[in-house]
Amino acid sequence: MHELGVVTHVIRTLEEVAQENDVTKIGSVTLTVGEVSGIVTEQIIDCWNWFKKKTPLVCEAELKIEPVPAVTWCTACEQTYETVKYGKTCPHCGSKETYLLQGSEFAIKEIEAE
Amino acid sequence: MKVIEVGRAGTDANDRDADLLRRELKEKDLFLINLMSAAGSGKTTLLSRTITDLRGKASIGVMEADLASDVDAAAIEALGAASIQVHTGGCCHMDAVMTREALEAFDAGEARILFLENVGNLLCPAEYDTGAHLKVMILSLPEGDDKPLKYPLMFRESDALVITKMDAAPYFDFDLEAAKRRAKALNPKIEIFPVSAKTGEGMEAWENWLLTAWERWREDA
Ligand SMILES: Nc1nc2c(ncn2[C@@H]2O[C@H](COP(=O)(O)OP(=O)(O)OP(=O)(O)O)[C@@H](O)[C@H]2O)c(=O)[nH]1
Ligand SMILES: [Mg+2]
Ligand SMILES: [Zn+2]
Repeated sequence: MHELGVVTHVIRTLEEVAQENDVTKIGSVTLTVGEVSGIVTEQIIDCWNWFKKKTPLVCEAELKIEPVPAVTWCTACEQTYETVKYGKTCPHCGSKETYLLQGSEFAIKEIEAE
Repeated sequence: MKVIEVGRAGTDANDRDADLLRRELKEKDLFLINLMSAAGSGKTTLLSRTITDLRGKASIGVMEADLASDVDAAAIEALGAASIQVHTGGCCHMDAVMTREALEAFDAGEARILFLENVGNLLCPAEYDTGAHLKVMILSLPEGDDKPLKYPLMFRESDALVITKMDAAPYFDFDLEAAKRRAKALNPKIEIFPVSAKTGEGMEAWENWLLTAWERWREDA
Protein backbone atom coordinates (compact mmCIF):
# COMPACT_ATOMS: atom_id res chain seq x y z
CA MET A 1 0.00 0.00 0.00
CA HIS A 2 1.26 3.41 -1.06
CA GLU A 3 0.29 5.17 2.18
CA LEU A 4 2.65 2.97 4.20
CA GLY A 5 5.72 4.44 2.55
CA VAL A 6 4.21 7.92 2.60
CA VAL A 7 3.73 7.92 6.37
CA THR A 8 7.29 6.79 7.07
CA HIS A 9 8.59 9.73 4.99
CA VAL A 10 6.30 12.19 6.74
CA ILE A 11 7.49 11.03 10.15
CA ARG A 12 11.14 11.30 9.14
CA THR A 13 10.58 14.84 7.88
CA LEU A 14 8.78 15.69 11.15
CA GLU A 15 11.76 14.42 13.13
CA GLU A 16 13.97 16.87 11.26
CA VAL A 17 11.53 19.74 11.76
CA ALA A 18 11.32 18.93 15.47
CA GLN A 19 15.08 19.00 15.85
CA GLU A 20 15.36 22.34 14.06
CA ASN A 21 12.69 23.86 16.31
CA ASP A 22 13.64 22.20 19.62
CA VAL A 23 10.35 20.35 19.78
CA THR A 24 10.06 17.05 21.67
CA LYS A 25 6.35 16.36 21.38
CA ILE A 26 4.02 17.11 18.51
CA GLY A 27 0.32 17.67 19.27
CA SER A 28 -1.03 17.71 15.75
CA VAL A 29 0.11 17.52 12.14
CA THR A 30 -1.73 19.12 9.23
CA LEU A 31 -1.24 17.62 5.78
CA THR A 32 -2.50 19.11 2.53
CA VAL A 33 -3.70 16.30 0.31
CA GLY A 34 -4.69 16.90 -3.30
CA GLU A 35 -7.86 15.27 -4.54
CA VAL A 36 -5.93 13.37 -7.21
CA SER A 37 -2.64 12.95 -5.31
CA GLY A 38 -3.28 9.22 -5.21
CA ILE A 39 -3.43 9.32 -1.43
CA VAL A 40 -6.49 7.81 0.21
CA THR A 41 -7.42 9.80 3.32
CA GLU A 42 -8.81 6.83 5.30
CA GLN A 43 -5.73 4.76 4.53
CA ILE A 44 -3.26 7.43 5.47
CA ILE A 45 -5.07 7.92 8.79
CA ASP A 46 -4.95 4.16 9.43
CA CYS A 47 -1.25 4.01 8.62
CA TRP A 48 -0.61 7.08 10.74
CA ASN A 49 -2.35 5.61 13.77
CA TRP A 50 -0.38 2.42 13.41
CA PHE A 51 3.04 4.03 12.85
CA LYS A 52 2.82 6.86 15.33
CA LYS A 53 2.88 4.50 18.32
CA LYS A 54 6.42 3.54 17.41
CA THR A 55 7.70 7.13 17.38
CA PRO A 56 7.73 9.01 20.72
CA LEU A 57 7.75 12.40 18.97
CA VAL A 58 4.34 11.85 17.36
CA CYS A 59 2.81 9.09 19.48
CA GLU A 60 0.05 11.40 20.71
CA ALA A 61 -0.26 13.56 17.62
CA GLU A 62 -3.54 13.99 15.83
CA LEU A 63 -3.46 13.92 12.04
CA LYS A 64 -5.47 16.62 10.26
CA ILE A 65 -6.10 16.47 6.55
CA GLU A 66 -6.74 19.56 4.45
CA PRO A 67 -8.09 18.49 1.07
CA VAL A 68 -7.13 20.41 -2.09
CA PRO A 69 -9.68 20.16 -4.92
CA ALA A 70 -8.40 19.09 -8.33
CA VAL A 71 -8.74 21.70 -11.09
CA THR A 72 -7.92 21.18 -14.77
CA TRP A 73 -6.99 23.83 -17.36
CA CYS A 74 -8.15 23.56 -20.94
CA THR A 75 -5.58 24.85 -23.45
CA ALA A 76 -8.19 25.07 -26.21
CA CYS A 77 -10.75 27.38 -24.59
CA GLU A 78 -8.53 28.61 -21.74
CA GLN A 79 -10.97 27.86 -18.95
CA THR A 80 -10.77 25.71 -15.82
CA TYR A 81 -13.07 22.93 -14.63
CA GLU A 82 -13.41 20.28 -11.90
CA THR A 83 -11.09 17.39 -12.75
CA VAL A 84 -12.88 14.63 -10.87
CA LYS A 85 -16.25 15.43 -12.43
CA TYR A 86 -15.15 15.72 -16.07
CA GLY A 87 -11.82 13.90 -16.34
CA LYS A 88 -9.62 14.92 -19.24
CA THR A 89 -12.39 16.15 -21.55
CA CYS A 90 -13.22 19.84 -21.18
CA PRO A 91 -16.95 20.32 -20.37
CA HIS A 92 -16.90 23.79 -21.99
CA CYS A 93 -15.58 22.89 -25.44
CA GLY A 94 -14.96 19.13 -25.57
CA SER A 95 -11.20 19.41 -26.08
CA LYS A 96 -8.88 16.75 -24.65
CA GLU A 97 -5.81 18.99 -24.60
CA THR A 98 -6.15 19.65 -20.90
CA TYR A 99 -3.74 19.76 -17.96
CA LEU A 100 -4.04 19.48 -14.23
CA LEU A 101 -3.51 22.82 -12.47
CA GLN A 102 -3.81 21.70 -8.86
CA GLY A 103 -4.87 18.65 -6.91
CA SER A 104 -1.79 16.43 -7.09
CA GLU A 105 -0.03 18.02 -4.12
CA PHE A 106 0.93 16.29 -0.92
CA ALA A 107 2.66 18.38 1.73
CA ILE A 108 3.15 18.87 5.44
CA LYS A 109 1.55 22.25 6.10
CA GLU A 110 2.07 22.82 9.82
CA ILE A 111 2.43 21.20 13.21
CA GLU A 112 1.28 22.13 16.68
CA ALA A 113 3.87 21.55 19.38
CA GLU A 114 4.48 22.11 23.08
CA MET B 1 0.69 24.73 21.97
CA LYS B 2 2.36 26.77 19.27
CA VAL B 3 1.92 26.38 15.54
CA ILE B 4 5.02 25.82 13.43
CA GLU B 5 4.70 26.36 9.69
CA VAL B 6 6.38 23.44 7.94
CA GLY B 7 5.52 23.86 4.26
CA ARG B 8 7.54 20.88 3.07
CA ALA B 9 6.64 18.27 0.53
CA GLY B 10 5.71 14.88 1.94
CA THR B 11 8.75 13.55 0.09
CA ASP B 12 11.22 16.03 1.59
CA ALA B 13 13.30 13.59 3.67
CA ASN B 14 13.48 11.20 0.72
CA ASP B 15 14.76 13.93 -1.59
CA ARG B 16 17.77 14.48 0.65
CA ASP B 17 18.52 10.77 1.00
CA ALA B 18 18.37 10.54 -2.78
CA ASP B 19 20.84 13.40 -3.33
CA LEU B 20 23.31 11.78 -0.95
CA LEU B 21 23.00 8.39 -2.64
CA ARG B 22 23.48 9.99 -6.07
CA ARG B 23 26.78 11.54 -4.96
CA GLU B 24 28.01 8.29 -3.39
CA LEU B 25 27.25 6.35 -6.55
CA LYS B 26 29.18 8.91 -8.58
CA GLU B 27 32.24 8.29 -6.40
CA LYS B 28 31.88 4.56 -7.06
CA ASP B 29 31.47 5.19 -10.80
CA LEU B 30 28.06 3.51 -10.84
CA PHE B 31 25.55 5.09 -13.22
CA LEU B 32 22.03 4.43 -11.94
CA ILE B 33 18.93 4.67 -14.12
CA ASN B 34 15.41 4.58 -12.74
CA LEU B 35 13.20 2.78 -15.27
CA MET B 36 9.49 3.37 -14.76
CA SER B 37 6.31 2.29 -16.51
CA ALA B 38 2.91 0.72 -16.02
CA ALA B 39 2.84 -3.02 -15.29
CA GLY B 40 3.60 -5.10 -18.36
CA SER B 41 4.77 -2.23 -20.61
CA GLY B 42 7.91 -4.08 -21.53
CA LYS B 43 10.56 -3.00 -19.02
CA THR B 44 12.21 -6.40 -18.64
CA THR B 45 12.04 -7.08 -22.38
CA LEU B 46 13.61 -3.70 -23.24
CA LEU B 47 16.38 -4.27 -20.72
CA SER B 48 17.10 -7.80 -21.97
CA ARG B 49 17.46 -6.58 -25.55
CA THR B 50 19.56 -3.56 -24.51
CA ILE B 51 21.92 -5.76 -22.47
CA THR B 52 22.42 -8.12 -25.40
CA ASP B 53 22.87 -5.34 -28.01
CA LEU B 54 25.39 -3.45 -25.89
CA ARG B 55 27.54 -6.43 -24.98
CA GLY B 56 31.17 -5.35 -25.35
CA LYS B 57 30.24 -1.65 -25.15
CA ALA B 58 28.72 -1.45 -21.69
CA SER B 59 28.27 -3.84 -18.85
CA ILE B 60 24.78 -3.52 -17.43
CA GLY B 61 23.31 -4.76 -14.15
CA VAL B 62 19.66 -4.75 -13.17
CA MET B 63 17.79 -4.36 -9.90
CA GLU B 64 14.28 -5.69 -10.30
CA ALA B 65 11.79 -4.22 -7.87
CA ASP B 66 8.59 -6.18 -7.52
CA LEU B 67 5.87 -6.53 -4.95
CA ALA B 68 6.70 -10.19 -4.40
CA SER B 69 7.82 -12.36 -7.34
CA ASP B 70 11.28 -12.98 -8.84
CA VAL B 71 10.68 -13.97 -12.45
CA ASP B 72 12.19 -10.72 -13.81
CA ALA B 73 15.56 -11.19 -12.10
CA ALA B 74 15.70 -14.75 -13.41
CA ALA B 75 15.16 -13.47 -16.97
CA ILE B 76 18.06 -11.02 -16.67
CA GLU B 77 20.35 -13.59 -15.08
CA ALA B 78 19.67 -15.95 -17.96
CA LEU B 79 21.48 -13.39 -20.15
CA GLY B 80 24.54 -13.60 -17.93
CA ALA B 81 24.05 -10.11 -16.51
CA ALA B 82 24.19 -9.22 -12.81
CA SER B 83 20.75 -8.89 -11.27
CA ILE B 84 19.01 -8.76 -7.94
CA GLN B 85 15.36 -9.05 -7.04
CA VAL B 86 14.13 -6.44 -4.59
CA HIS B 87 10.88 -7.13 -2.81
CA THR B 88 9.14 -3.93 -1.85
CA GLY B 89 7.02 -5.66 0.79
CA GLY B 90 3.76 -4.44 -0.67
CA CYS B 91 4.95 -0.88 -1.28
CA CYS B 92 4.10 0.33 -4.80
CA HIS B 93 7.24 2.40 -5.45
CA MET B 94 10.96 2.41 -4.66
CA ASP B 95 12.38 5.23 -2.54
CA ALA B 96 15.97 6.22 -1.81
CA VAL B 97 16.28 4.16 1.37
CA MET B 98 15.00 1.03 -0.35
CA THR B 99 17.34 1.64 -3.29
CA ARG B 100 20.31 2.04 -0.97
CA GLU B 101 19.48 -1.24 0.77
CA ALA B 102 19.13 -2.98 -2.56
CA LEU B 103 22.50 -1.63 -3.72
CA GLU B 104 24.17 -2.84 -0.54
CA ALA B 105 22.89 -6.36 -1.14
CA PHE B 106 23.75 -6.29 -4.85
CA ASP B 107 26.94 -7.81 -6.24
CA ALA B 108 27.16 -5.73 -9.42
CA GLY B 109 30.46 -7.29 -10.50
CA GLU B 110 31.77 -5.60 -13.65
CA ALA B 111 28.57 -3.67 -14.27
CA ARG B 112 28.95 0.11 -14.46
CA ILE B 113 25.43 0.94 -15.65
CA LEU B 114 22.72 -0.16 -13.25
CA PHE B 115 19.05 -0.12 -14.12
CA LEU B 116 16.46 -0.04 -11.38
CA GLU B 117 13.29 -1.59 -12.81
CA ASN B 118 10.77 0.20 -10.63
CA VAL B 119 7.41 -1.25 -9.60
CA GLY B 120 4.96 -1.29 -12.53
CA ASN B 121 2.85 1.81 -11.89
CA LEU B 122 2.75 5.28 -13.49
CA LEU B 123 1.82 7.22 -10.36
CA CYS B 124 3.96 7.14 -7.24
CA PRO B 125 7.33 6.04 -8.71
CA ALA B 126 7.34 9.51 -10.32
CA GLU B 127 7.12 11.18 -6.91
CA TYR B 128 9.92 9.31 -5.19
CA ASP B 129 13.49 10.14 -6.12
CA THR B 130 15.53 6.92 -5.88
CA GLY B 131 18.93 8.59 -6.17
CA ALA B 132 19.19 7.66 -9.86
CA HIS B 133 21.20 9.84 -12.27
CA LEU B 134 18.71 9.38 -15.07
CA LYS B 135 14.99 8.69 -15.24
CA VAL B 136 13.57 6.77 -18.16
CA MET B 137 9.92 5.89 -18.65
CA ILE B 138 8.22 3.46 -20.97
CA LEU B 139 4.85 3.86 -22.59
CA SER B 140 3.76 0.84 -24.58
CA LEU B 141 1.63 1.35 -27.63
CA PRO B 142 -1.44 -0.61 -26.41
CA GLU B 143 -1.72 1.73 -23.40
CA GLY B 144 -2.82 4.60 -25.64
CA ASP B 145 -1.56 8.02 -26.71
CA ASP B 146 -3.54 9.85 -24.01
CA LYS B 147 -1.33 8.73 -21.12
CA PRO B 148 0.61 12.03 -20.91
CA LEU B 149 -2.69 13.71 -20.09
CA LYS B 150 -3.50 11.20 -17.37
CA TYR B 151 -0.11 10.88 -15.71
CA PRO B 152 1.57 14.25 -16.30
CA LEU B 153 4.08 13.99 -13.44
CA MET B 154 5.78 10.88 -14.81
CA PHE B 155 6.27 12.59 -18.19
CA ARG B 156 7.51 15.79 -16.56
CA GLU B 157 10.06 13.95 -14.44
CA SER B 158 11.58 11.68 -17.08
CA ASP B 159 14.69 12.37 -19.16
CA ALA B 160 13.62 9.93 -21.84
CA LEU B 161 10.42 8.28 -23.01
CA VAL B 162 10.70 4.93 -24.76
CA ILE B 163 7.54 4.03 -26.67
CA THR B 164 7.60 0.23 -26.91
CA LYS B 165 5.74 -2.46 -28.84
CA MET B 166 5.80 -0.37 -32.04
CA ASP B 167 5.48 -3.65 -33.98
CA ALA B 168 1.88 -3.80 -32.72
CA ALA B 169 0.99 -0.49 -34.44
CA PRO B 170 -1.28 -2.07 -37.10
CA TYR B 171 -3.60 -3.41 -34.40
CA PHE B 172 -4.07 -0.24 -32.33
CA ASP B 173 -5.17 3.31 -33.11
CA PHE B 174 -2.19 4.77 -31.28
CA ASP B 175 -1.36 8.23 -32.67
CA LEU B 176 2.42 8.50 -32.33
CA GLU B 177 2.56 12.19 -33.25
CA ALA B 178 -0.15 13.03 -30.68
CA ALA B 179 1.72 11.09 -27.98
CA LYS B 180 4.95 12.92 -28.82
CA ARG B 181 3.24 16.32 -28.87
CA ARG B 182 1.57 15.71 -25.51
CA ALA B 183 4.78 14.50 -23.89
CA LYS B 184 6.76 17.47 -25.25
CA ALA B 185 4.09 19.91 -24.04
CA LEU B 186 4.66 18.64 -20.51
CA ASN B 187 8.41 18.35 -20.81
CA PRO B 188 10.10 20.04 -23.79
CA LYS B 189 13.46 18.38 -22.95
CA ILE B 190 12.20 14.78 -22.96
CA GLU B 191 13.90 12.54 -25.55
CA ILE B 192 11.48 10.18 -27.28
CA PHE B 193 12.39 6.79 -28.75
CA PRO B 194 9.75 4.66 -30.50
CA VAL B 195 11.04 1.06 -30.46
CA SER B 196 10.10 -2.55 -30.75
CA ALA B 197 12.09 -4.82 -28.49
CA LYS B 198 10.72 -7.67 -30.56
CA THR B 199 11.88 -6.65 -34.07
CA GLY B 200 14.69 -4.37 -32.91
CA GLU B 201 13.21 -1.36 -34.71
CA GLY B 202 14.43 1.90 -33.16
CA MET B 203 16.64 0.16 -30.58
CA GLU B 204 19.87 1.66 -31.89
CA ALA B 205 18.76 5.27 -31.36
CA TRP B 206 17.77 4.49 -27.77
CA GLU B 207 21.01 2.60 -27.08
CA ASN B 208 23.19 5.33 -28.60
CA TRP B 209 21.44 7.95 -26.50
CA LEU B 210 22.01 5.81 -23.40
CA LEU B 211 25.74 5.45 -24.15
CA THR B 212 26.07 9.19 -24.80
CA ALA B 213 24.27 10.06 -21.56
CA TRP B 214 26.59 7.69 -19.69
CA GLU B 215 29.72 9.20 -21.27
CA ARG B 216 28.57 12.72 -20.48
CA TRP B 217 27.92 11.73 -16.88
CA ARG B 218 31.36 10.16 -16.58
CA GLU B 219 33.05 13.32 -17.85
CA ASP B 220 31.12 15.47 -15.38
CA ALA B 221 33.30 16.18 -12.36
N1 LIG C 1 4.96 -7.30 -29.55
C1 LIG C 1 5.76 -6.89 -28.59
N2 LIG C 1 5.62 -7.39 -27.33
C2 LIG C 1 6.44 -6.94 -26.36
C3 LIG C 1 7.43 -5.95 -26.59
N3 LIG C 1 8.07 -5.70 -25.43
C4 LIG C 1 7.48 -6.50 -24.51
N4 LIG C 1 6.52 -7.25 -25.05
C5 LIG C 1 5.67 -8.25 -24.37
O1 LIG C 1 4.92 -7.60 -23.35
C6 LIG C 1 4.79 -8.48 -22.22
C7 LIG C 1 5.28 -7.78 -20.95
O2 LIG C 1 6.66 -7.50 -21.08
P1 LIG C 1 7.64 -7.34 -19.84
O3 LIG C 1 8.98 -6.98 -20.39
O4 LIG C 1 7.54 -8.49 -18.93
O5 LIG C 1 6.99 -6.08 -19.13
P2 LIG C 1 7.39 -5.43 -17.70
O6 LIG C 1 7.13 -3.98 -17.83
O7 LIG C 1 8.75 -5.85 -17.31
O8 LIG C 1 6.31 -6.10 -16.76
P3 LIG C 1 6.24 -6.05 -15.15
O9 LIG C 1 7.65 -6.19 -14.63
O10 LIG C 1 5.37 -7.22 -14.80
O11 LIG C 1 5.61 -4.74 -14.81
C8 LIG C 1 5.56 -9.73 -22.55
O12 LIG C 1 4.65 -10.70 -23.02
C9 LIG C 1 6.51 -9.30 -23.67
O13 LIG C 1 6.84 -10.34 -24.55
C10 LIG C 1 7.56 -5.44 -27.94
O14 LIG C 1 8.37 -4.55 -28.25
N5 LIG C 1 6.69 -5.93 -28.89
MG1 LIG D 1 9.40 -6.69 -15.52
ZN1 LIG E 1 -12.12 23.78 -23.38
